[in-house]
Amino acid sequence: MTAENRTVVVTGIGAFTPLGGDAASTWEALLAGRSGVAALTEEWAADLPVRIAARTAIEPSEILPRPLCRKLDRSAQFALIAAREAWADAGFETPATDESSAIEPERLGAVIASGIGGVTTLLDQYDVLKEKGVRKVSPHTVPMLMPNSPSANVGIEVGARAGVHTPVSACASGAEAIGYAIEMIRTGRADVVVAGGTEAAIHPLPIVAFANMMAMSKNNDAPQHASRPYDKARDGFVLGEGAGVVILESAEHAAARGVRVYCEAVGQGLSSDAHHIAQPEPTGSGVARALAQLFESTGLDKAEVVHVNAHATSTPQGDIAEIKALRKELGEHLDHVAVSATKSMTGHLLGGAGGIETVATVQALYHRMAPPTINLDDVDDEVDADIVRIAARELPQGQIAALNNSFGFGGHNVVLAFRSV
Amino acid sequence: MATKDEVLEGLAEIVNEIAGIPAEDVELEKSFTDDLDVDSLSMVEVVVAAEERFDVKIPDDEVKNLKTVGDAVNYILANAS
Repeated sequence: MTAENRTVVVTGIGAFTPLGGDAASTWEALLAGRSGVAALTEEWAADLPVRIAARTAIEPSEILPRPLCRKLDRSAQFALIAAREAWADAGFETPATDESSAIEPERLGAVIASGIGGVTTLLDQYDVLKEKGVRKVSPHTVPMLMPNSPSANVGIEVGARAGVHTPVSACASGAEAIGYAIEMIRTGRADVVVAGGTEAAIHPLPIVAFANMMAMSKNNDAPQHASRPYDKARDGFVLGEGAGVVILESAEHAAARGVRVYCEAVGQGLSSDAHHIAQPEPTGSGVARALAQLFESTGLDKAEVVHVNAHATSTPQGDIAEIKALRKELGEHLDHVAVSATKSMTGHLLGGAGGIETVATVQALYHRMAPPTINLDDVDDEVDADIVRIAARELPQGQIAALNNSFGFGGHNVVLAFRSV
Repeated sequence: MATKDEVLEGLAEIVNEIAGIPAEDVELEKSFTDDLDVDSLSMVEVVVAAEERFDVKIPDDEVKNLKTVGDAVNYILANAS
């Protein structure tokens, strides 16, 4: 391997989600087919058209000290908790800036993304300005609301000096962050990168704004059944919150440390639709090009792909366009692919989706199990693929690969590929 | 008019709330930045809370002179209305 094309592996995972406070409890809930969606009981939600969401299973304030919470937007709190878990899971005991660390800070990066950044900080502090006046606006407001705040705070925490980045592409942000991190290692800029996505946008303004786009499910009477990708009765996504983070590492560096490797991070495929600012291209041609680019650039054998963690947000158009793209690019191989839509349980974490779904994809390969898609009672006639429903399904032995798809408003398409080791 | 002990006690509560430092560790000779984990941004929070609690105006230009807890106590005692 030349320095410009190094093999990248996953050595740590962390998650803070509507299903659990860590990766293990989230995975257990995913396999069991549990929904993290519930009614919003806050007073502000009473008159909204959408009154359901998937809050994190645990409040971050139960984990992080109060003075730290004052300085971190909720999205950065989620990211920090998930990053700490992933960092420890990868066998790192101290920040890179400590002399005893197994990684030099100049060889460590952080790439954590979010779709809309510190939106609750922005809105809450505007309320403070209007109601309590100029002096009461927090001096931490700007470093809290900037979208690179989760990445920067994680970078400071672990001591990352090779580069801290935040690609923003709406709901593809988390996946784009992980793809960027894979490239940082593959091309030799870093040996280890902490990467993932986070989102904390459960607030009346984003909810009303998404609802007015006709993008959200209004199934307020049955919260746990509202997110139903591929089902004929699907009527939009359910907003979720949380973070998923992985530790990516050069295979060489991981071998030298002698740590557990979950799987290989094979690479990414990227494309853009140039179609509409918020609608998916209905034939799935943009997604198909991202898939084609993935297979071409990585040399991944299509026959190895046995699992896809789909983007599938439970919107009428998007779910079908993605299936069309998978069929176009994978052809008859798709008949042997177990497709899972974990948003049926977690809701849609926007920029956090690529983070938690990459963690789930890594777990699926490592444990050789594909999580179910819940609420899929009546499969849409246009879904020409094998969706895992009702119960989790075992994946085959031998060398296998899995894909994680993420697409964002603006027409951003990101496909990540992982392979068993 | 607050006494010196009352101002110190009030500041200690504010620093505890903002930086999480135990109130008993907030002593006159302690530096906000070096000893109490109050960085320049958190210092603005301390100042705003102190203004409200002690009915005193602490201008932005004055904040840089308040290096220790004692500096803040003395400023508040001299300027509180």
